Amino acid sequence: MIANLRPAIVSMVLFTALLGLAYPLGVTGLAQLLFPAQAGGSLIRNAAGGIVGSRWIGQSFRDEGYLRPRPSAAGEDGYDASNSSGSNLGPLNQDLAARVKADAAALRGESDAPIPVDAVTTSGSGLDPHVSPANAERQVLRIAAARKAPAAEVQALIAANTEGSTFGLFGEPRVNVLAVNLALDARWPRAQR
Amino acid sequence: MDWRGWAEIVFTIALTVAVGWPLGIYMTRVWTGERTPLDPVLKPVEAGFHAALGIDRNKGQSWLGYAVALLAFSAAGFVLLYALLRLQGLLPLNPQGFGGVSPHLAFNTAVSFVTNTNWQSYGGETTLSSLSQMAGLTVQNFVSAGAGLAVAAAMARAFAADRGESLGNFWVDLTRNVLYVLLPLSIATALALVAAGVPQSLLAGVTARTLEGADQVIALFPVASQEAIKQWGTNGGGLFNVNSAHPFENPTPLTNLIEVVSLNALAFGTVVAFGRVAGARREARALLAAMVILVGLGAAAIYSSETLTPQPAMVAAGIIDAPANMEGKEVRFGAAASALWAAMTTGASNGSVNSMHASYMPLGGGVAMFLIQLGEILPGGVGSGLYGMVVMALLAVFVAGLMVGRTPEYLGKKVEAREIKFAMLAVLILPLAILGFSAVSAALPAALESLLNTGPHGLSEILYAYSSAAGNNGSAFAGLSANTPWWNTTLGIAMLLGRFAYAVPVLAIAGAIAAKPKLAPTAGTLPSDSPLFVGLLVGIILILGGLQFFPALALGPIVEHFQVLAAAR
Repeated sequence: MIANLRPAIVSMVLFTALLGLAYPLGVTGLAQLLFPAQAGGSLIRNAAGGIVGSRWIGQSFRDEGYLRPRPSAAGEDGYDASNSSGSNLGPLNQDLAARVKADAAALRGESDAPIPVDAVTTSGSGLDPHVSPANAERQVLRIAAARKAPAAEVQALIAANTEGSTFGLFGEPRVNVLAVNLALDARWPRAQR
Repeated sequence: MDWRGWAEIVFTIALTVAVGWPLGIYMTRVWTGERTPLDPVLKPVEAGFHAALGIDRNKGQSWLGYAVALLAFSAAGFVLLYALLRLQGLLPLNPQGFGGVSPHLAFNTAVSFVTNTNWQSYGGETTLSSLSQMAGLTVQNFVSAGAGLAVAAAMARAFAADRGESLGNFWVDLTRNVLYVLLPLSIATALALVAAGVPQSLLAGVTARTLEGADQVIALFPVASQEAIKQWGTNGGGLFNVNSAHPFENPTPLTNLIEVVSLNALAFGTVVAFGRVAGARREARALLAAMVILVGLGAAAIYSSETLTPQPAMVAAGIIDAPANMEGKEVRFGAAASALWAAMTTGASNGSVNSMHASYMPLGGGVAMFLIQLGEILPGGVGSGLYGMVVMALLAVFVAGLMVGRTPEYLGKKVEAREIKFAMLAVLILPLAILGFSAVSAALPAALESLLNTGPHGLSEILYAYSSAAGNNGSAFAGLSANTPWWNTTLGIAMLLGRFAYAVPVLAIAGAIAAKPKLAPTAGTLPSDSPLFVGLLVGIILILGGLQFFPALALGPIVEHFQVLAAAR
C-alpha cells in the first residue's frame, strides 16, 4: 500500500493539471478561435448589439403576436436558463393531469384544431427552443390577427424557420420559436415597448 | 411510432458498433504496448508520467498488487475531489461565486465520480464552480474510465497467459488508456460538438433582454470539453441539472448522434480489444452479439412503450391521438431518439439522459431500470462492461457444464470452484445493494419525504436510484430529491459497493485464470463462439437479472402499467 502512495498522489496531481486544466482550457482556446459564435453560446443580438437570447435556449412568449413555446418546468415561472429542469411528473401524477387539462382548455379557446401533444407537455430541460410544426401551425391565425397580417404570409414565415429530420433520419421536424419571433418582428415591426 | 424512428434506432446502433470496431483494434495496440500513430506526441508524455510516478513500466503486478493499486488510486482521487468541493468557495475560477458544498453532498459527488457513476445529487449550474467542474469532475471522468479500461486489459491478459502470474501494471495501463485513448477522442469530439453548436466558454453566463422585455440569465460553461469525456468515459454526470436534455449540452439531432455513438462505441471497442489480446476474436464477437441483441431489444421496448401506451393525462384532457408521450422529452429528439438514448445509457452505465426517465410510461422507465439491473454489461461502462460480461460468460459455461456434468472451460481455461465463487460474490453485490437499501428506504419516513410521486411510481423512484448507484449508472428518476444526508450517504455506499466490491473479485478471478494452463479445445468443449452460446448467455443474463429483481419490478413499473391502462380507459 505504501509503495502505491507516491504513484497515487503524483498521478492525481499530474492528471489534474493535464485533464482538469490543460484539456478544458486548450479546448476553450481552440473553440473560441475556430468557432467563436457557437463557443459563446450561439447568442443572437439586436441591431443595437444587445443580447436577445440564444438560438438554442427557449424563452417565454406570452404576447398574442408571438409564437408561443411549450410549457416549461425550469425555475418558478418557466424558461429560467440558469435552472434547467423537467417536471419529472410520473404518468399517473394528478398534478400532471390537472396541468394538462388547464392548458388544453386555454388552447381550445384559441382554435378548434386538434391540440398537438408538445403544446401541453413540458420538455426535459424546460428550455426547449422548438415547437412541433403542428403546434406552430395551430398558432398562425392568432398571430396573424394580432399583427393584422395575412395568415398565408405568417405561415410562409414559419415554414422558412422549420427544419426537418437531420439527413432525413435523425430527430423530429421542428420550428425554432425565437427565430420565428425575430422574423415576425422584422417583417411587421411593432411599437417599441 | 413510425418507420423513421425505427430506422434511426437501427442505424444508430449499427453505426456505434461500426465506430467501436476500429477503436478496438487501436486499443489492442495501446494495451499491448505496440507502436501507435500517436507515439511521436504521447511517448514523451508517457515517459514523463512514469518517471514522476516512480514506477518501472516493465514490472508486472499480481492480481492483488493490481487491485491494491486500483484502490489506492481511487482513494487519492476521492480525497482530492472531496477537498476541492468542500473548499470551492475559497478557490479561484469560481465566477458564479458558489460557496463550499455540504459534507454529505461532497461525499456523494466525490464517490459518484471516482466510481464512474456520476449520479447527480448536485444541480450543476446552481451548485458547482467552473473549477470544480473542470479540475474535479472532468479529471475523474477521464481517470475513473481509464481505471475501468485498465481492469479490462488485465482481464484480457489473464486469458492470454499460460501459467502466468502478472496481470500487467496498473499504473502503466491507467496512463496509456487515458493518454492514448480517452484524451485524443475527447479533444476531437469536443471540437466537433462546438462546431455543431455546443458552447465552450469560461464566462459564468450572460443576461439576455427578450423581445418581450424580460431578462433571461443564460448559464454558460466550458460545456463541450466535459460533454465529450462524459460520453466517451461512460460517466454521464452533466454540467447542467438536466444533463444532455439541455439544449447547450445537446442542441441538435446531429450533436445527439455524436453523443449517443460516443456513449457506447468505446465499450463495444473494449470487447474487440479483449478478443484480440486474449486470442479469442470469434468468442469476443459472441459477447458483442449478446450485448447488441439485448440493448436493441431494450430500445425497441422503450420506444414501443413511449408511443403505444395511452397517457392518462392526455386522455382526460381530450387529446386522444397523441403520437407519443412527450412529457420530459425535447421536440428535436422526439420519442425515437429519446428511447434509444434511454436504452443505450442504461445498458452502458453512462447515466446521461436526453429526456426525463421519471416521466416515461411505466414500462419504458421499467425497461430502463431493468437494463441497469442486468449488471451494466450491455455494453456497459468502458472496461467495467467487458469484465462484467466475462463474469456472465463464466457463469454461462458453468451452468452448461452442470447440465452435461463436465468441468467447464472458457477461452482455453478451466473454470473451477474458485472462479465461480468469486463470480457469485460479484453478481450478488447488485441485488444486495439495490434491494437492501430500497427496502430500508421504503420503510423510512425521512427517506420517503424526498419522493415527488407516490404509489408504485414512488417505489420506482427508490428502486431506480439504488439500481443506478449500485450499477454505477448515474441516471435517475429525477423526481427524487436526493440531496439529503440519508440519500447522499446510502447512495454513496451503494456506488462504492457496485464499483469496488465488483472489481476486486473480478481481479481475483483474473489472477486465478492467469495462473491456469492454456488448454487446447477438445471435442467436449462447449464452443463459446456459436449462436447457441449467445442464446445461452442472453438467457443467463435475463434469468439472473429477472429472478433477482422481478418481484420488486412487479410492485413498481408493472403494477403501475396496469393502473395507467385502467386510468386511460
